[in-house]
Amino acid sequence: MTMIPIQYYIVLCSLLFTIGLVGVLIKRNALVIFMSIELMLNSVNLLLVAFSVFHNDPSGQIFVFFVMVVAAAEIAVGLAIVVMVYRHTHSIDINYLNRLKW
Amino acid sequence: MLTKYLFFFFALLAIYSAVMVLVSRKPIHSVLYLTLTFLAIAGHFILLNAQFIAIVNVIVYAGAIMVLFLFTVMLLNLNVRAELNKPFLVNLTAVIAGGLLFLTITGAVAGMERLHGSSPLTQIGLVKNLGQVLFSEFRLPFEVSSVLFLSAMVGSVMLGKKTGD
Repeated sequence: MTMIPIQYYIVLCSLLFTIGLVGVLIKRNALVIFMSIELMLNSVNLLLVAFSVFHNDPSGQIFVFFVMVVAAAEIAVGLAIVVMVYRHTHSIDINYLNRLKW
Repeated sequence: MLTKYLFFFFALLAIYSAVMVLVSRKPIHSVLYLTLTFLAIAGHFILLNAQFIAIVNVIVYAGAIMVLFLFTVMLLNLNVRAELNKPFLVNLTAVIAGGLLFLTITGAVAGMERLHGSSPLTQIGLVKNLGQVLFSEFRLPFEVSSVLFLSAMVGSVMLGKKTGD
């Protein structure tokens, strides 16, 4: 079983991270912004696991476990906020939600 | 050789579906493409023999988080096409900024000689070995994460309640 060089994983994960970053900056829909944040977190997870296998150290994969914990908690609270904002203003377009008081 | 082919297949699948997340007109298509991205990344995890992380990725991300997104899109009826975009200059600046980040990281590692890992098939990704490390060295973060989950649950329930008016 041949090993993939670590540079391939670095390039792939930085490309996925960049796509997520561009998604956060470009999109107006709050849900798609959330999804781009999840994409960024996943790219970091992949790179952490790749390095953990590279160094034969399981701490990287344990950290991925905790990143998933934080991501799940953040999604729960974030979606609750989106639902509440939608209930009040009937819009999740961030160009309309750029003021704290409506 | 099969590892290399599988790596490029999953890599291209992940990049294609990530781009389609941003390019899709309807949010529900973005959700489905993001699920495909998570499955492609789970394929990468299996290539690295990180079995526990691969399965947990599918269960937590594709199985729970994407279902939450789907519920939100469908129950709030948010599957409408986006009317306007941000100004072209904002989009261009975002793409240039992201492209610079990607070029910086790629340029930093492009000149290096290709580094390979220690052993072809590591055993650290198995559930048993990860469990032994998690419950011996990382006991405290594990218990604290349960408190984190409790606070997230309480917070989201409190946020979701209808107010009196």
